[in-house]
Amino acid sequence: MYRYDEFDHRLVQERVAQFRDQVARHLAGSLSEEEFRPLRLMNGLYLQLHAYMLRVAIPYGTLSSRQMHRLAEIAKRFDRGYGHFTTRQNIQYNWPRLKDVPDILAELADVEMHAIQTSGNCIRNITADPFAGVAADEVEDPRITAELLRQWSTLHPEFSFLPRKFKIAVTGSAHDRAAIKVHDIGLRLVRSPAGEIGYEVCVGGGQGRTPMIAQVIREFLSKDALLPYLEAIMRVYNLFGRRDNKYKARIKILVHEIGVAAMRDAVETEFARLDVAAIAADQDEVARIAGYFAPPVYEQLPKDSSTLRTARAQDGAFHRWVETNVGAHKVPGYTIVTVSLKPIGGVPGDATANQMHVLADLADRFSLDELRATIEQNIVLPNVKADDLPALYVELVAAGLSTANVGLITDIISCPGLDYCSLATARSIPIAQALSQRFADAERQRAIGPLAIKISGCINACGHHHVGHIGILGLEKAGEEYYQITLGGDPTETAAVGERLGPGLSAEATIDAIERLVEVYLARRQSGESFIAAYRRLGHDAFKEAFDAAA
Amino acid sequence: MPLLDATGAITDRWVRLTDDTPLPRAGAVILSVARLKAEFDQLPSHGLLLFGVEIVPEVCVDTLTPWLQRLDLIAIPFKSFTDGRGFSIARQLRLAGFAGELRAVGPLIADQFAYLKSCGFDTVQLDAATFGRQPSDQWLAALSAFSGLYQRSYGGPLNILAARRAARAKAADVSERAAAE
Repeated sequence: MYRYDEFDHRLVQERVAQFRDQVARHLAGSLSEEEFRPLRLMNGLYLQLHAYMLRVAIPYGTLSSRQMHRLAEIAKRFDRGYGHFTTRQNIQYNWPRLKDVPDILAELADVEMHAIQTSGNCIRNITADPFAGVAADEVEDPRITAELLRQWSTLHPEFSFLPRKFKIAVTGSAHDRAAIKVHDIGLRLVRSPAGEIGYEVCVGGGQGRTPMIAQVIREFLSKDALLPYLEAIMRVYNLFGRRDNKYKARIKILVHEIGVAAMRDAVETEFARLDVAAIAADQDEVARIAGYFAPPVYEQLPKDSSTLRTARAQDGAFHRWVETNVGAHKVPGYTIVTVSLKPIGGVPGDATANQMHVLADLADRFSLDELRATIEQNIVLPNVKADDLPALYVELVAAGLSTANVGLITDIISCPGLDYCSLATARSIPIAQALSQRFADAERQRAIGPLAIKISGCINACGHHHVGHIGILGLEKAGEEYYQITLGGDPTETAAVGERLGPGLSAEATIDAIERLVEVYLARRQSGESFIAAYRRLGHDAFKEAFDAAA
Repeated sequence: MPLLDATGAITDRWVRLTDDTPLPRAGAVILSVARLKAEFDQLPSHGLLLFGVEIVPEVCVDTLTPWLQRLDLIAIPFKSFTDGRGFSIARQLRLAGFAGELRAVGPLIADQFAYLKSCGFDTVQLDAATFGRQPSDQWLAALSAFSGLYQRSYGGPLNILAARRAARAKAADVSERAAAE
């Protein structure tokens, strides 16, 4: 994985010093509340319902053991002993004190981490496929691009006061695990007919109150044109994105209002003016970054592990966990393990300091020192030998991290909602917990199969409800929380925005309604057909009838 | 209104002319876009009088290109410090070859000074109240908050990618010489 050089180190240290000074100048009255606000946001510091919240970037989701240990120590020393992994490969601390924040940032800088631009109207943490580098279907490791973009977007002189926040995601695979179609810019590494590797560039996707699927603005962009081309997109957005209404300020609205063809013309015109060679990173620089993502040294192992086979035969719980939480690795004898942060009845994405320490130790022991945070709020150990799975599982069980539900109905994405967030209109965590309890039975979950429920506590859609197979949006009317259900959302290469079923329901009725929808699916599915596939075949109305009968 | 450059507070030699004020014989005057457009062909070219223009953030930079060679200053207004259009306008003007003074006008904050400089601004003109809260020393300190930046072809401190390239070249040179010996 990437390691900071002296320049990266100096920059994050200077950033800590700058923020320390900004806090002091704010307290001394030099920076007004209004002036300090965007500065603190660009350092990841929010003012929430009960306290400050600090959002720390995990660039493209990749972590070393040492970094995970440090995240655990921060949770213990400066917070209440836990952290919350988010849907954008960040970790949030819910209870830091303002005066401690510069010290926390210094602790992060020490392990090559930061909270730079995890909030604010700037380019946010660059996200990528959590299976980067280990997926079999990959054209190229997207983290090389993501790290290049992390540096390029960091403290950008021109693009730090944009109309609104700006999110970029990168995938190197045809199967999109990074939800690039619901990002402001989505990059997919592709191979041209001539065999050259470059990017398909999508623009204008997003969730929030106006969900939109990104459109292709450039079918093929050669790699050396990446930074100049993105500069052109950003400049067009910075100049012409709406600033009169914060709800219409994202690039998706600009693309929607002028159309993707006009957007393409504007970007290409701007791009044509630029001196590509003067702006692009030189090839040696890209090669330098790529070097850090060279595959680790893997052992030559047989494709089939007899240790694993024996353990699966002997232990049913382990067998089920392997079925749901373990995926194919590009190297024979290795596997990709997803550790679920969704225990039955738990808070999606939360991990205690102790669990983080355990995960860090396990990554060191079993995963070539590497971990990944996923947009589904789980943790991936990307390099586990099949032979080691039984031993790893024992440790996960002991730490309460062995929930066998990855991709199943209780693997729920949820934003923090009204329990923490000042923007929320309803609670989302209790809905996630109640659903998780309702579908707790392991056999029932397995019988239902892949089904993604995603819950947001307000229209800003941090819980990705628009792209949930079943989406739940929490709203409020006259002091009462109620929940709208959508069906058919999809964050992958077949991206779709979910369609609303009907009027909002109470929390309790929501849980019942979802159970009813699942029953419709179970009754009408064809053999081997997933929920989303059945929904597409049967159509919205088939489910709406059941919903209306219940509502 | 107070005026700053990279050395601190400076006096303003430029005068804003209202559209109905006659041109002086000499000095430095800032005109509106409308007046510049209307009178451009008649502007005296004896060199005693320098011309600047104050644009609006909605401007299309291409409409300014015919005048760029004749202008010694372009003032770019910021409606608020969070309205970042001016950064891109400055960058576009520099890319179009404008070599005169670029002036940012509006309620900007000291912490933006390095970004403004990198995008091509020379001076900042702001209201007295903001300048009172954030005097020169804070603006100058902001210029040296970071010793390097990642983005190529922007002005400012050390470019990190260039520094890395130089370090690579030096390392290659050292190893070549070692090999030669």
